[in-house]
Amino acid sequence: MIVRLMGEGQYRIDDALHADLDALDERAVSALEADDETELDARLDDMWRLVRERGERLADDDLSASDLIVPPSDLSLEETRALFADEGLIPDLPA
Amino acid sequence: MAGLMQRASTVIKAKFSKLLDRAEDPAETLDYSYEQQLQLLQNVKRGIADVVTSKKRLQLQSTQLEQSVVKLETQARQALGQGREDLARAALERKSAVQSQLQGLDEQVAQLEAQQEKLVASEKQLSAKIESFRSEKEVIKAQYSAAEASVRIGEAATGIGEQMADTGLAIQRARDKTAQMQARSSAMDELIASGTLEDFTSDKTQLDRELEALSSQSQVDSDLARLKAEVGAGEPQKEIEQ
Repeated sequence: MIVRLMGEGQYRIDDALHADLDALDERAVSALEADDETELDARLDDMWRLVRERGERLADDDLSASDLIVPPSDLSLEETRALFADEGLIPDLPA
Repeated sequence: MAGLMQRASTVIKAKFSKLLDRAEDPAETLDYSYEQQLQLLQNVKRGIADVVTSKKRLQLQSTQLEQSVVKLETQARQALGQGREDLARAALERKSAVQSQLQGLDEQVAQLEAQQEKLVASEKQLSAKIESFRSEKEVIKAQYSAAEASVRIGEAATGIGEQMADTGLAIQRARDKTAQMQARSSAMDELIASGTLEDFTSDKTQLDRELEALSSQSQVDSDLARLKAEVGAGEPQKEIEQ
């Protein structure tokens, strides 16, 4: 399975790491719903750290798509919500 | 509710899946996508240049303020030497205000530095993926039938599309940050121009003028004393001759 750390790059992860990430992700979702930015940022930081420590970095020229994408922790709550919205944070690609 | 990782992945896939629907002909789709990639690469390069320009402007302001701190310290010392504690105090108060401005500037320069690093890393990855895509597209064009090609194109385009969305976001965030800095920098210029803030960096401040007046006064006094001594030779004045 391949996971992308947004703004950093892609990593190959194993099932055990995937399970750990899911557990953290669940807590991150609750934090976002509770408007708890500190908790959200902390869980996202945990996810980033796990991926960096235990994942295997893909080469820059690898064209594989990611199965999962971890948002950055330095977004505000509004920005994180906007990230998931239709007209969200990610700009349209050049036409 | 889906997790954040899944939602981020879905939203990014949705962003670039449209790209693949544009053209019927696989070769055309590939070439079109490649052009878009090159354009994004130009955008990220321009983004880096903008951040660097913005950073240099802040660094210049910072250097000017640092010089101003040294100058104000010297002026305070001169003023004290002349027994003008009021002027010395004014100079030190201004020095303290300049120092707090400086601290804010340093933080902003550091933030821009971080944005620059992110953009440079993003450019490197995008550039490597574009190169891969370019080779892949030539292989697909040369070796595959239209039906086979569409599968291969899907795979290659998904990988690069994701990177494009990621780089696009990095550019956007750097732009927002740069715009904030420019607004603040311009606001500071305006404050200086309107006199709300003293222009610490201009060649002459009110303090300069007062200090100059003070030192030119003492120059006049000593010249006068020298002349008196020359004119009134034979009437030694001890305090002048020392």
